[in-house]
Amino acid sequence: MDLNLTAEELAFRDELRTWLASHVPKDWNEWREKPLEESFPYLRAWQRKLQEGRWAAASWPKEYGGRGATLMQQALFWEEMARVDAPPMANSLGLGLIGPTIIACGTEAQKKRYIPKILSAEEIWCQGFSEPNAGSDLAGLQTEARLDGDHYIVNGQKVWTSYGSLGDWCELVVRTDPAAAKHKGLTVLLVDMKSPGVEVRPLRQMTGESEFSELFFRDVRVPVENILGKVNDGWNVAMSTLMYERGSYGARLHLIFKRFITRLIELSWNIQRNGRPAAEDPVIRQKLAQCSAEIEIMRFNQMRAFSRITATGVPGPEGSIQKIFWSELNQRLQQIAQEILGSYGQLFASDPRAIDKGIWSYAYLRTRGNTIEAGTSEVQRNIIGHFVLGLPRSY
Amino acid sequence: MQFGLTESQEFLKNSARKFFAGECPSAEMRRLMETDTAYDATLWSKLAEQGYTGIIFPEANGGVGLGKVELMLLMEEAGRALLPGPFFSTVVLAGSVLDTVGTPGQKENYLDPICKGEARSTVAILEAGASWNPGDVRLNASSGKLTGEKLFVSDAAMADFIVVVACNGVFVVDSKARGLKIAPMSGMDLTRRLYAVEFSNTPAKELGPNLNLPRAFDVATAALAAELVGGMQRTLDMTVEYAKTRKQFGKPIGIFQAVQHQCADMYLETESSRSAVYYAGWALEENSPDAAVAVSIAKMYCSDAARTVGNRGIQIHGGMGFTWENDLHLYYRRAKASETAFGDATFHRERIASMVIDSGSTSAKGA
Repeated sequence: MDLNLTAEELAFRDELRTWLASHVPKDWNEWREKPLEESFPYLRAWQRKLQEGRWAAASWPKEYGGRGATLMQQALFWEEMARVDAPPMANSLGLGLIGPTIIACGTEAQKKRYIPKILSAEEIWCQGFSEPNAGSDLAGLQTEARLDGDHYIVNGQKVWTSYGSLGDWCELVVRTDPAAAKHKGLTVLLVDMKSPGVEVRPLRQMTGESEFSELFFRDVRVPVENILGKVNDGWNVAMSTLMYERGSYGARLHLIFKRFITRLIELSWNIQRNGRPAAEDPVIRQKLAQCSAEIEIMRFNQMRAFSRITATGVPGPEGSIQKIFWSELNQRLQQIAQEILGSYGQLFASDPRAIDKGIWSYAYLRTRGNTIEAGTSEVQRNIIGHFVLGLPRSY
Repeated sequence: MQFGLTESQEFLKNSARKFFAGECPSAEMRRLMETDTAYDATLWSKLAEQGYTGIIFPEANGGVGLGKVELMLLMEEAGRALLPGPFFSTVVLAGSVLDTVGTPGQKENYLDPICKGEARSTVAILEAGASWNPGDVRLNASSGKLTGEKLFVSDAAMADFIVVVACNGVFVVDSKARGLKIAPMSGMDLTRRLYAVEFSNTPAKELGPNLNLPRAFDVATAALAAELVGGMQRTLDMTVEYAKTRKQFGKPIGIFQAVQHQCADMYLETESSRSAVYYAGWALEENSPDAAVAVSIAKMYCSDAARTVGNRGIQIHGGMGFTWENDLHLYYRRAKASETAFGDATFHRERIASMVIDSGSTSAKGA
């Protein structure tokens, strides 16, 4: 056990620090609050710039435009990005989930065709996984793909698709063998979102914004060369994507949470409660301390998980601990914020009296989604129960 | 950066697990728990043979000179076996205090015999107010004599000498010293006995000032948390095993999500506790500036987690979990005793607050 950075890790971090110092945009604050549709060209440009420095997907192999960075270096990347408050990258699903899946499961031709444009943000990717009747029970999905010569004909509906309205391409899980057992008849297709028959309808969520869409596929023709992995092996391809999803999330969250709690502590010195600063109220102090301790523990868990993945090569079911931990912690953090801010906590950006441009009211509502998106807490507990503890499956 | 154990750390942990499983299985632990002191001389000499009694102390004192991470690993395994007797009191607590505040000559007199397994000891800290805040100690040594009472002193009856925290320094009292009275208190943990220690004009040798005590207590606090991690792991293992084998409605109860999700939470709490403890051990070893916060984070989290893991474990075992013959309650008793010892979660949250919240006050207050 040695938590000091190695020489290679320090060199990586310093090179990145130097690069960021001269390249990170100074005007991000002017764009931050704008709807994604408006800020998207800005975010694409930022990702392009990052990739000019070969930073957008540092963990990818060098031959595919990355730096072959270790997981620990990738964690440092997110830390540094958070430290300088860099804007997010436009193609976050392409870089974080779909690109790695294509590199792992794709043909050489597919890698050549898709990877460069994922990196340059020329083609934005979304994920067509969940359906109205297949959420936690993903393998029960019904969108069907029927082989017709050298094309599949796709019919069905997807839902909760992040970046659906901005996506150029979609990693789509479809049923290719309705007769097979439900996990065995699935295939992953790479679908051009401009194909005739694809319709995207944004979903309005409880925060008022539209991060997600519904996707409708009516007789959409997808060439057979767009199969990712093997026919009827889509479950394994999709699972490898989900492992990346659960594994890579945590690294950037620590500093984001840390920024929230630091700001909250600052606010608690300026907000009065019973005639003295909230920061001197013993109950508030207990809650703030609990929360900041858990933010650190989240980081320790993450570092241990990274070390395990580095030793074994693949993200494992431990990612489920992380998912439960951060999502529930974020909800507690935002609840404490509401307690400290009192009536002001409910104000949105449009109100001139809102604290921090209404970020707290937004975050409070947004964190409700945390225990649902990327696998509900219940599904994560099933994964731990069955795959980690070896208890019998309940479903 | 590597947050996994090194090969030699894995080796130490595995051999400790085997050692405790062989030398202190449940039956032996229960036999010792029924004795007056929960101490066994044979087991003690075997602990010394392994080098465990000198694990973190300098080789010059007869120790092994390993680091705090290694101490955490050893204590985790001791906690898994619910090792009875004065190991924590002697080695972790008295040993750390002696190592921190003693002069070279005093270390030779007191730390060497601990390392060699020749002496047992403990540290007397709490008084009637039962406060873990070092500033609340009232006992005052005057002209080399102590008069007053210390409470909740672990394993005092087996101690060859007792390290005593007074408000004007750290002292050591021989077990045969004049005016020393040791009376049992009936604590919840049957494997680690508590005593009231009374001094009346009792001669005491001064070891040194209180200045560096917090540092030694931080090591002890982290080690206590590590012990809790081992207890949680054992409780989790027993519970998962039970959930796989106990059948109701024709199925193992572990198939029901109401049971399975509790097991998942026990796993999450145990692993998170372990992360916090390993980090604290590392921070102490490295003298990292956040070591004190890291210790409080670990003790805070483990204090609460050990209790909730125990709650869940007993609940899942149903009526069996409520019986004397099942070991769960012995771990549960240790968890409660260790939860309070060296400050419970509430105490450490306030300590974290004083380091994390108040540090930002000067800049923020002016804003």
